[in-house]
Formats: sequence, C-alpha cells, structure tokens
Amino acid sequence: MRKTTLLKDHRGKAFASESKIALGFLAPSIIGLSAFYVLPFADTVRRSFYDARGKSFIGLSGYKSVLSNAAFKLAAANTARFAFLCIPLLLAISLAIALMARAIRPAGTAFKTSFLLPIAVPVASIVLLWQVLFSHKGLANALLIKLGAGPIDFIGSSSAFWVLIFTYIWKNSGYNMVLWLAGLDSIPDSRYEAARVDGANAWQSFCYITMPGLFPTMGLVAILSLLNSFKVFREAYLVAGAYPHDSIYLLQHLFNNWYQNLDISRLCAAATLLCIALLFAALMLHQILQGESS
Amino acid sequence: MTKRPAVSANKLLIAVCLSALSLFVWWAVWFMASGSLMSLEELNYTLGPVFGSAEGYAYWPIIPSWPTLQPIAELLLDTPVFFAMYWNSFKLVIPSVAGQLIIGAPAAWALSRLKLKRKKLLTAVYIILMLMPFQVAMVPNYLVISKLGIMDTIWAIILPFAFSAFPVFIMMKGFDSVPASLIEAAAIDGASHFRIFVSIGLPLGLPGILSALVLGFLECWNAIEQPMAFLNDSSKWPLSLYLPQIVAEKLGLAMASSLMVLVPAVLVFLFGQKHLELGIQATGVKE
Repeated sequence: MRKTTLLKDHRGKAFASESKIALGFLAPSIIGLSAFYVLPFADTVRRSFYDARGKSFIGLSGYKSVLSNAAFKLAAANTARFAFLCIPLLLAISLAIALMARAIRPAGTAFKTSFLLPIAVPVASIVLLWQVLFSHKGLANALLIKLGAGPIDFIGSSSAFWVLIFTYIWKNSGYNMVLWLAGLDSIPDSRYEAARVDGANAWQSFCYITMPGLFPTMGLVAILSLLNSFKVFREAYLVAGAYPHDSIYLLQHLFNNWYQNLDISRLCAAATLLCIALLFAALMLHQILQGESS
Repeated sequence: MTKRPAVSANKLLIAVCLSALSLFVWWAVWFMASGSLMSLEELNYTLGPVFGSAEGYAYWPIIPSWPTLQPIAELLLDTPVFFAMYWNSFKLVIPSVAGQLIIGAPAAWALSRLKLKRKKLLTAVYIILMLMPFQVAMVPNYLVISKLGIMDTIWAIILPFAFSAFPVFIMMKGFDSVPASLIEAAAIDGASHFRIFVSIGLPLGLPGILSALVLGFLECWNAIEQPMAFLNDSSKWPLSLYLPQIVAEKLGLAMASSLMVLVPAVLVFLFGQKHLELGIQATGVKE
C-alpha cells in the first residue's frame, strides 16, 4: 500500500521532469531529422513558389509547368498504374502464401526463410540475373521457344512493366507474409471453433472471421507496400537505364533525370506534389481500413 | 500421419505449392552460386547469346559441367578495384547502421516508454517521415548537403541514413513489448531513466533493435539512388552502383562479384532472421 501511494506521488511530480529527460533522449534524432528532412523540406516547398534563382515569387506557375509537362504526366500515370496493380496483387499473393504456410504449421513456417530471402538479395546481384533471364536471347525466351511461342522483348517493350511487377512481388511477398502471419495469429482460435460448431465451411470462416480480423493489419501492410513500391526503381534503372521503355518510365526516373540536369526548381514543385499525393494515399488507406474494421 | 488421408493429401498439395513457389527464390540463389563456379569458357557458351558473344539462345545447366574456383580466385587476387568498391560499401554501411542505433534507439525508447508532452504528434511526424520515399527527400537532402559542403563525401550518404525515421519506428514497436512492471520496479529501486533504458530497454527490446539494424544494413547495402545523387566521384561508389557496369565487360567477374555482394547481405539476414521476423511482426500489431 505504502509503496503504491509513494509511486503515485512520485509519478505526479515526475511528469514534467520526465518529459524533459525524454526530450534529451530524442534530441539527437529530432535535430537530425529537422536538419536533413523537415526544415529543408519546408525550404523545398517555399522554393516551389519561386523562380529558379529563388528571387521572384511566381505563385503556382511552377506547378502548372510541372503538371503540363509530358514526361511528368507519363511518369505519374505509370507510377499510379504500377501502384494500383502491384499492391493489390502483392497483398493477395502474400496473403495466400501466409494462409498456405499456416495451414501446414509447423512445417509451413519453415518457408518463411525462403520467401524472406529476396529482401537480402542485393539489387546488384538481381540485375545480372534479370539480364540473363529477360534479354532477347535470355533464358525466358529460350523456354518460350521450346514451348512453341515466339520470343518476347521483355525489357524493350511494354512487357517490361510486367517484369517489374514480377520483381516487386518476388521481392516483397516474404515481408508481407510475415506481417500477415502476425495478423492471423491475433485472431483468437475460439472464433474459428465457434464457427465450426455452427457448421461454417472453410470459405465461410475465411470470409466472416479471417478477413474482418485482418483489416487492422491490412492498412499497415498496404502502406508499407506502397512505400516499397518506390524501390523497384533500383532494378528498373540498373536493368534498363535512365530512359527505359515508356511503360516503365516512373516518377523515380523523372526525378532522377531532372536532378541530373540540375532542374532543382521543377523538382521542388514535383517533390511537394508527390509528398501531398502520398500523404493523401496513406490517409485514405488508413481511413478506409479503419472504417471497415470498426 | 496416415490416420486421416484426406487431410494429409490436402496438406501435401499445399506443401508442394509452397515448394514450387519457393523455387523462384532458390533458383535465383543457385544461379548466382553455380554461376560463380563456372569457368569462363562455359559461361561464354551458356550465357554468351545474352551478351552478344555467341549465337542461339542462352541456357543454364543445373550444375556446372566443370566446376572451378578460377573466377572467384581471379576476383579476389587480381582485381584490386573490386576490393576498393567492397571497402567503399562497408565505409557507407557501417557508420550508417551505427548511427541508426546510437541516435535511433534512445529516441525510440522515449517515444515508446517515457512520458512526454505532445507524444502523439511527434510519433505521427516520425511515421509520416518514414513513409516518404527517397524521391521526396532528394531535394531537401541535396539542399542541406550542399549547404554543409559535404557533397561528394561519404557523409552525404551516411548522415541522411543515420537520421532516418524508419529504424526509430521499428525499435519503438519493439520497445512497446517490454513489460511495464519491470520498468516500474526499477524506477522504485531508484534507477535513473538512462539506467533503465540501458539495463532493461536495450536487452528486452533487442528483437526490435536487431530487426531495425538488419533492415538498415540491407537498405544501405543496396543503396543506388543516394550514391548516384550525392557521389559524383566514381572512386567513392559502393559496389551496388559499380557492379552493373562490369557485367557487360567481364562475365566471369560479374558472376563472382554478384555472389560476393550477396554473401554479406545473406549472412546478416540469416544471423538476424529470427529477430527480423519478430520486428516485422511487431510493426504489424495495431497500437
């Protein structure tokens, strides 16, 4: 008894001083984040309203010039198309893998290593493999010809888009599988048992127990998948260069090319736009999935 | 095992499915491993069509016909530039990951376990920063790096990595699972906040910390965008950026060095895998 009252007393007095100590713990990180990210981003936003020399105010005309730029339109459309296709695909495939692995526990969880391994395979190593697989005279075409189909130009045509989607799924399904498994573990077994007693079949318990139970996980998985979708640029750039086929010319290529041309003023507007779009997407995902789960 | 044949047939089917899918991964790793054991003659014969030095289509045997250590030996003994790049990679990765630990862990502890005014707002800022891809951070980083005069030095890569928000988030989630009773008991015994962090937080939050460090290592080991933007001098380039250039020139070396890039990453991954999984899982749990 005496101990708990002492503790409460201690807690009441300590709040203000603990807050100060906490700030001490956070100080290096906050200073670094402010110096390298937050403050210069504010400067980036400010610059997006000024001309290239940063002297005269030009209002929204920087944004107009970016939004009417043909390369920007192409890249933004491709990036959006990529995200809208690859994220649902990845979510479905990684969920299927997680469900399969769980169905044959404990042997199934041994597959985690297999599916997580691609996040450790360096991009530089993948690039050589992709060239061997997908070039004109590569292994994929050799196989297609054996099967009686014609060769496909995987890198220099719109097929490149699908090669990139495949790469993304190959790389990220393990990470998402682990997230899904955590979500699946958080659904109490008693619910499944109750459903079984009521005569629900496997499909029904998936629809009425598993899916609703996974909604809280889904928001985070989707947001992390969106973030990771930006990293396919590495493979795309190393395989196909700064100006790949139109179908995989992404915002990342555009940003990189504008940067190489020192087109900083246009980049400022484009970075601000991308930031707003991503915040909006993340909020939407959060909102939709929150609404569904409650 | 044979009591319920219908169920085990189902399970067998699932196991076959998963194995077939995991072949996509293992084949890729095997390709790198077996390729670096192939003699140059055999590589020219099998992959020559891809790189324009032979007719027909590429093919890949399951095992090399005449395994040899010659390409790896040549890479390790006769290619000083490879070592320079390898060393460059480590010079970028190790300080970055160390910085993430030293700067990130206390910050994550404060966000997770200490009382703090406006904690929710601060946490939200970390999460937003974590979500931004490099393309958003590129110009802001560039502005600071050029102002500090560290353009074209390794610090232009290390500092933005060391301060990134993602490891803080993962470590924070890891610290969330440290039992509150332990912390309270230590506080009653008069331990300082710093002492509690070091002797309770760090050991018990280890899965989150190691998971953040493994992900940080892999992220930095694979960095392409950052060195491309902030390192003009190609003698400072890490292997990740340099390797694709030698592919076209020397097939045998490219194979062997692909494997050499793979090895540290896979070792770190296997070493930290258990913690990595725990850490990833922790991020999936709703607050």
